[in-house]
Amino acid sequence: MANNNNAPITGDYVTINIGPSHPAMHGTLRVVCKTDGETIVEAIPEIGYLHRGVEKLGENLTYHQFIPITDRLNYCSAIANNVAYEKAVEKLLGIEIPDKAKLIRVIMKELARIADHQVCVGILGVDLGAFTPFFYLIIQREEIYDIFEWYNGARLTNTFGRIGGVNADLPEIFHTKWPKLKDTIRKANDETDKLLTHNRIWMDRTIGVNPFSPEDALEYGFTGPCLRATGVKRDLRKDEPYYFYDKFDFEVPVGKHGDVFDRYYVRLMEMEQSIRIIDQAYAMYKELPPDAPLMAKVPKIIKPPEGEIYSAIESPNGELGFFIKSDGTDKPYRIKIRPPCYMVYQAFPELVKGEMIADTIACLSSLNIIAGELDR
Amino acid sequence: MDNWVIALIKVVFIWTWTLLIATLMTWVERRGSAMMQDRLGPNRAGPFGLFQPLADGIKLFTKEDIIPEKAHKILFSLGPILFALPAFSAYAVIPFGDKLIVNGKEIILQVADVNVGFLYVVALGAMAVYGIVLGGWGSNNKYSILGGLRSTAQLISYEVPFGLSLLAVVLVYGTFSLREISLVQQGTFLGFLPNWGIFKQPLGFILFIVTAYAEANRVPFDLPEAESEIVAGYHTEYGSMRLGLYLFGEYVNMYTLAALMVTLYFGAWHLPYIDMSKFLGPVSYGIASFLVFFLKTAFFLWLFVWVRWTVPRFRYDQVMGLGWKALIPLALVNLFITALCIQLTV
Repeated sequence: MANNNNAPITGDYVTINIGPSHPAMHGTLRVVCKTDGETIVEAIPEIGYLHRGVEKLGENLTYHQFIPITDRLNYCSAIANNVAYEKAVEKLLGIEIPDKAKLIRVIMKELARIADHQVCVGILGVDLGAFTPFFYLIIQREEIYDIFEWYNGARLTNTFGRIGGVNADLPEIFHTKWPKLKDTIRKANDETDKLLTHNRIWMDRTIGVNPFSPEDALEYGFTGPCLRATGVKRDLRKDEPYYFYDKFDFEVPVGKHGDVFDRYYVRLMEMEQSIRIIDQAYAMYKELPPDAPLMAKVPKIIKPPEGEIYSAIESPNGELGFFIKSDGTDKPYRIKIRPPCYMVYQAFPELVKGEMIADTIACLSSLNIIAGELDR
Repeated sequence: MDNWVIALIKVVFIWTWTLLIATLMTWVERRGSAMMQDRLGPNRAGPFGLFQPLADGIKLFTKEDIIPEKAHKILFSLGPILFALPAFSAYAVIPFGDKLIVNGKEIILQVADVNVGFLYVVALGAMAVYGIVLGGWGSNNKYSILGGLRSTAQLISYEVPFGLSLLAVVLVYGTFSLREISLVQQGTFLGFLPNWGIFKQPLGFILFIVTAYAEANRVPFDLPEAESEIVAGYHTEYGSMRLGLYLFGEYVNMYTLAALMVTLYFGAWHLPYIDMSKFLGPVSYGIASFLVFFLKTAFFLWLFVWVRWTVPRFRYDQVMGLGWKALIPLALVNLFITALCIQLTV
């Protein structure tokens, strides 16, 4: 906490290596901590343990072949990555996808957002010792994954959509499942809320723990729930709307102090908003004729004109951007991914300085650092 | 000679009984948590997975016993023993029923009715620290040392309110003997309440239960073994039955503490408003008192499980803050009020 910062620091430190294999390290992160007792004097994150050369792979694959690679960025919400990439390529090609495809993408992406937030909130609970909410949430996530599975067979790495639209209509199971599922998701969130939010221990552990000011957050390039937790109302779905997001009625929940509690609560609130968005998108979807096209006219071999674009969407973790430079061939000249985690993780040493070891773990889970997205 | 045989039978009985309860508790914990978390839990070995603890025991016994190369060999092996031994011994002074009359011979359902029963329990509780600290230190692992340090600070801090809340009970009953305390909890208090410790020491009970959780290293005070922070803390490096002893010792500790709660605050083997000895035969009364006592204990054991799967974990400084800033002053106030009340009523 803040008062620890002023404490005189006396020479002898113990270096503790947290990760890359550690129960609380999501994926393979590594933090080398210099500690004074339990207080962290300095935390040096070391990244790259999950580096798979995703961007380089992009240069050697055709535009379509790269879609499955994007699954492996933020594996908690693969669909958001797919959509972000496809949207970037479509922008490069200058094509507009059919309304129905847009709506299906919105529905699936918001489902992925709910799944992602459920994992994040659940794991935060586990890391702070509250095991039970995790199961309430994860059971609902499995239900969401059932819908994904019925869509195209994959639960985790979905490879959703194609460049120019989507390959299939919403699965039949969605129509029967969604009305019930949204209630159970709400119930699970409600139970989590009851177990955690006003629990004295939970409040002590999260409120005021590594707070972050909006100025600092913007300077570090925070996006997504971590930025909104500091009080900045920035959401690409509202600020730079795409795919009918300007037509949906939803709110952007914001926090105040940017501490662990705000990050947790913003995520919990966003799930509710996602349910609202899906409901509205589904209503719009039902108004469309059943034989409406799913794909825009796209050539078999995609050869975008020479040029470069940047396109971003609001992924569950924040702004997920793709910069693509094309040299006119069937393979991109360069793909640069802007993952939200990377910018957030930069602030990690700053955030945990002077905190205790237990808070480091809470901080890391609440930031929702996903190694796949961070290291690429 | 006869007394020796009876004493031996009691020792063997309570030893196996404690073992059985501790073993069963691992099953209750897993099934109970599964029930709360909408899962199934272990259900393959035997009916309702009841043999799961047995399978786990066999697994732990047959696993390779590894001592890390850089560990302090003696301390490393001493740790689990020092942890489990006091845990098993502590139950000796706690009654598990009233008395059994066989062939005109009265058998007290307690291994040893020591007149300093209290001090014995507190002393053995304090011994557990050594097991954890030595284990943590001997492992030569930074996480283990952190766990050991956490537990030293925590157990020693919570020993104080633990002892103080027990002291208030001693003031109320005027004896250190747990059997005598149990005996006087018969009948009613103020005419309508059962004559139980909880009604005489409500604050004392709250203090006791909180400190008991801390003494048993259970959530929300499981910092010494916080698996998500310091990777199981003091027993990171332990495997096979050495780990088993730590885990087992924890459950035995829980059983002892739950039995202590029942003895001190919940009328031991007495049922409220009913005197069982009036209408039950000597043998059946003995068995009934044992069962009543056990059922009450079982409730508190279940409470341990219930709390564990409900609340998050404290942070180290918060545990210290709670101990020193809240529990110790409260325990002192409780002691003072108790002393005052006794002074005024006597």
